[in-house]
Amino acid sequence: MKAKIRKLVTFVEETRVEMDRAVEPPTRRAAAVAVIENPFAGRYVEDLSLLIDVGEDLGQLLAARAVGALGIEGSRAESYGKAAAVGENGELEHAAAVLHPKLGAPVRKVLGKGAALIPSSKKRGGPGVALDVPLGHKDAAFVRSHFDGMEVRIADAPRANEIMVAVAVTDSGRPHPRVGGLTKDEIKGVDGLR
Amino acid sequence: MPPVELRKRVTLVEEIFHEGGPVAKTPYRRAAILAVVKNPFAGRYVEEIVGFSDDLKPLGLDMAKLLIGALGGDPKAIQGYGKGAIVGAAGEIEHGALWHAPGGYAMREALGGALAIVPSAKKVAGPGARLDVPITHINASYVRSHFDAIEVGVADAPRADEILLALAMTTGPRVHNRAGGLEATQIKGLDGLR
Repeated sequence: MKAKIRKLVTFVEETRVEMDRAVEPPTRRAAAVAVIENPFAGRYVEDLSLLIDVGEDLGQLLAARAVGALGIEGSRAESYGKAAAVGENGELEHAAAVLHPKLGAPVRKVLGKGAALIPSSKKRGGPGVALDVPLGHKDAAFVRSHFDGMEVRIADAPRANEIMVAVAVTDSGRPHPRVGGLTKDEIKGVDGLR
Repeated sequence: MPPVELRKRVTLVEEIFHEGGPVAKTPYRRAAILAVVKNPFAGRYVEEIVGFSDDLKPLGLDMAKLLIGALGGDPKAIQGYGKGAIVGAAGEIEHGALWHAPGGYAMREALGGALAIVPSAKKVAGPGARLDVPITHINASYVRSHFDAIEVGVADAPRADEILLALAMTTGPRVHNRAGGLEATQIKGLDGLR
């Protein structure tokens, strides 16, 4: 493990009622978040390959934890997303290095599939900053019922020299989807879009 | 009294490896479980409210057991606890006070007994409000190494007519505790204080 992890935090949300209507089965989503040291804090470094490798480690670790927190097989996961918040002494490019080159492949391995792009967001902020992790269906990005987001935050992270990295996984879409569009029953699952 | 209407449940587990000092042999874990329930008294003054406290007992016990589960499932591993409530804007702080008895006794029951008073915090606030839930040792309130707190909150709760109920537990002292005072090994375990 190349990441220097200070702490790991897991969140699970289970929604049972929305607007007085029962949600059956309840919608559930989980996020696993790692708070790691930013090896490049405070200076400009050209080669970010260390953080790229860190992303690979964290993809596996965080996806396994999120799926484990839902208590399901990886293949039963329906949507996913990822995000990172860089502490004040880092740059957005550090978040990009963790998230984009290598984090996705191990996430998909844990979930069995994952034809769709993993939606992502990133920001720089101080401890307690709210990170909104975008969510989309893992096999078909256009499944409208699964467009969603999950807010995560940790009171003491990221510190100035840290990066907070999140992977979110669900076993469902929004509670009462009714805005039309492609449904999950219609997924072809070939191109990652439909 | 109406049955308790549970809209959503959220658990979060923090696993802390270090905080700038030596890496702990066993990571320190603190966790919270939150339940968002409808406030049956929202929007008006109701004199007789104490029955709702009894209504919350089964929910409290469920939450306590789930929380122990989130920390690995062994009640003997739990060393600290706390509780709290955030009442939505159409309610009053007194509604949050209804959580004192069912929240505390639920944790004691699930833990197989605990002597110390369960520390608590509560407030009236809007969706996304954060609450610092105080935590102390389960058998002796004065154990200094176990004084702690966990910040909780849910982006979309409590709505005006809801109450967010929280229970918190920890598996040990603070990760780098070295502030002296009564130690867990010195507990007499008679009065819940020392």
